[in-house]
Amino acid sequence: MTRGPVNSGEPDRLYTLTGGRAPASASAFDLVTLVVGEGEPARGMQSEHIRILRMCHRPVAVVELSARLALPVGVVKVLLGDLLAAGRISARPPRSAAHGGEHRPPPPDTLKKVLRALQNL
Amino acid sequence: MHSRTSELPGLHGLSAFAGAPAPPPYPERPLLGPPLRDSAREGLKIAIVGGFGAGKTTMVGAISEIPPLSTEETMSGAGVGIDEPVGASRKTRTTVAFDFGRITLDEERVLYLFGAPGQERFWFLWDRLFSGTLGAVVLVDTRRIADSWYAIDRLEHLGVPFVVARNNFSPPDHSLDELRDALTLPPHVPLVDCDARKRHSVKRVLIALTRHVIARTADPAGPAGPAGPWPAAWPGGAP
Repeated sequence: MTRGPVNSGEPDRLYTLTGGRAPASASAFDLVTLVVGEGEPARGMQSEHIRILRMCHRPVAVVELSARLALPVGVVKVLLGDLLAAGRISARPPRSAAHGGEHRPPPPDTLKKVLRALQNL
Repeated sequence: MHSRTSELPGLHGLSAFAGAPAPPPYPERPLLGPPLRDSAREGLKIAIVGGFGAGKTTMVGAISEIPPLSTEETMSGAGVGIDEPVGASRKTRTTVAFDFGRITLDEERVLYLFGAPGQERFWFLWDRLFSGTLGAVVLVDTRRIADSWYAIDRLEHLGVPFVVARNNFSPPDHSLDELRDALTLPPHVPLVDCDARKRHSVKRVLIALTRHVIARTADPAGPAGPAGPWPAAWPGGAP
């Protein structure tokens, strides 16, 4: 069990990281949206952006980035929003939450594949 | 464990990029366990709900391919759902920690398990965890059955499919039928025994949930659940 406080005790720092922007700017990301880096960090980038890019050479979920960076999910979403807008990452959103803002259960074919995979664990 | 610093994050970034041998400016947790496959395309969610000490983290850890991780979600009152208790402030800002783990299902799919606190005050978190979720497991600690009532009520109300798992750290004193009565659990909701420490037992619970969801999806009005349509919109709106 990896326990430890997230950096919520440093509100000034979190404010600096996000420029005070509301997490609403990052609503494109679900907890389980998979993020993949597109290229290497560039000179002059914010250190948190660099850290994120170094963690997503392979796909990684938003919630895992949050845990590994020790930053609240909302802050990570804002930072990811920056990277997505800059074309530095691509995002693979969950299909089940991507119906024009309405949330639906996973489609039947997905459910059957989940069942088969769990049975084979 | 978090060192405070007066330097701006951006300055760290420049030095890091230049290859200076500076230590990481902030703590970073290593990835313990396998990374996701390059072909991973779709994240799926199951929420494990239970009271304090019911065994949520134990259950996640028993089957997760990575050691359970913990992080925090913050939400301001503006996004809190319409079912907020009367009298509660709408402008509060609440932070809650939660645990999660993951299971790679196949080349494309990865399942995330979230341990969600079951108390009323954490409901705002549920809205996020449950949006687009496959379903939920209510983990019952038989020493504190009342802890589960609220969670069961809310799941029923929202129409989220769920199963109830009795966590038997020690041999149970009552039958499952007696427990069903104590929980006033409708007959269409599966109730199963489990040992949250055992991988095969947790696997059986997840299979029971997935089967239940499939049955309900195939026939929403059928015996698997009369709870009505899947929620078209969640109380908290889009996450």
